[in-house]
Amino acid sequence: MSHSSELFRVQGLAVGEIGPLDLALQPGECVGLSGASGSGKSRLLRALADLDPHAGQMWLDGDPAAALMPWEWRRRVALLPAESAWWHDTVGPHFPDAPADAALAALGFEPAVMDWRIDRLSSGEKQRLALLRVLTLRPRVLLLDEPTANLDRDNAGRAEALIRAYLDESGAGAIWVGHDQAQLQKVAVRCYRVEADGAVRQDRAA
Amino acid sequence: MIHLSHWDLALSALLVLLLAFLSGRLQRQLRNQILVAALRTTVQLLLIGLILKWLFDIAHPAFIGLISLVMLTVAGREVMVRQGRRLTGWWSFGVGTFSMFLSSFAVTLFALWVIIGNQPWYAPQYAIPLLGMLLGNTMNGISIAMDRLTQSAWQQRQQIEGRLMLGATATEAICDLKREAARSGLIPIINAMAAAGLVSLPGMMTGQILAGAEPVEAVKYQIMIMFLISVGTGLGTLASLALVSRRLFDERHRLRLDRLHVANDDRRAS
Repeated sequence: MSHSSELFRVQGLAVGEIGPLDLALQPGECVGLSGASGSGKSRLLRALADLDPHAGQMWLDGDPAAALMPWEWRRRVALLPAESAWWHDTVGPHFPDAPADAALAALGFEPAVMDWRIDRLSSGEKQRLALLRVLTLRPRVLLLDEPTANLDRDNAGRAEALIRAYLDESGAGAIWVGHDQAQLQKVAVRCYRVEADGAVRQDRAA
Repeated sequence: MIHLSHWDLALSALLVLLLAFLSGRLQRQLRNQILVAALRTTVQLLLIGLILKWLFDIAHPAFIGLISLVMLTVAGREVMVRQGRRLTGWWSFGVGTFSMFLSSFAVTLFALWVIIGNQPWYAPQYAIPLLGMLLGNTMNGISIAMDRLTQSAWQQRQQIEGRLMLGATATEAICDLKREAARSGLIPIINAMAAAGLVSLPGMMTGQILAGAEPVEAVKYQIMIMFLISVGTGLGTLASLALVSRRLFDERHRLRLDRLHVANDDRRAS
């Protein structure tokens, strides 16, 4: 039922009043998802990562979600939440695999950052480190929940560039939730909007 | 053994009334709780005294089984009401009761059959007090551990889901919280074993000595009971934590906090 080169397909995805969401991603594609605060964008992302019970179906590389173990699905369709969670004392143990020095440098970190203490990190540092952490999973689809909300303009630009480079190099796709229309126009090939009634519509190309 | 008169009991009741009066000046609710609990102790113990006297006379296995079930059900309810955020539906009662059944009954039967070996094995003079001590202690361990696990899962939802998002299984995601919960469930019995004889003289041993038993004989019984209680509490706590943590996730390894009731602040301190 899916096109042979298709990366990710979502059909009728709904959580509670929100949805249904239908979309398809080609390799390397990034789509935007916007909507007012509290409209349910984050809940849709959680459902895409299969963290909440939901209606509808999803396929990754032609395989239905049910064919993958839940932890495999979440490694491949990886969610970067708006507020990242940290539970060890230092940065290093949170990383499934050590990030490349080049990736660290791309976001303005030195390798010694792995020994930094979590309670001394600023919200912007946490957000950049959480992005590096999710990229070490090498996901097929990135679910980004306002990934640059706590970053200054320079760091936001670096984060955008790092994500773009990852998509180009790996052929992964991304769904980018954001408020900043100008940013979404820049990073996404097309945009969806969650309306007040929970319906999801594709924005007409601007 | 010196018999206690009604006046002796009344004197100690007077002390409790004094305590209730003093704490009532701090908080009226506390006073009422003390009075109700004291009243319950009096009525419940008098009743069980009468029932035990009757049971010892009959010593029929069916009645012993029946009273064991009643004890188990009450203990299961007690575990349930002590939960700050209990599992919805029958799960809270079911998990607590099943874990206590598994541990207390197994350990009691083991003690009766293998260790004590009295005839008949169900002689109520042994079976009922043993089961009572085991249920009472496993009840504490299980209710503390379950409460700790559900509370910490609620509070540390972000951490658990953060691990899930990085590809952890449900077991990996809740492992740390489970370990902490097991610790808090087992600390009371570990402390009791460590302090026994030095700080505290355990109740059963004291009772036997007051009743005129040879101290060394009483001590041997107490050691056995301590071991049985710690095994029962440990097994029961681990079983309940395994069941609760399974229930906190669904088949797709999603954290399902909607399977917990919202906070219950009226719970009694355990």
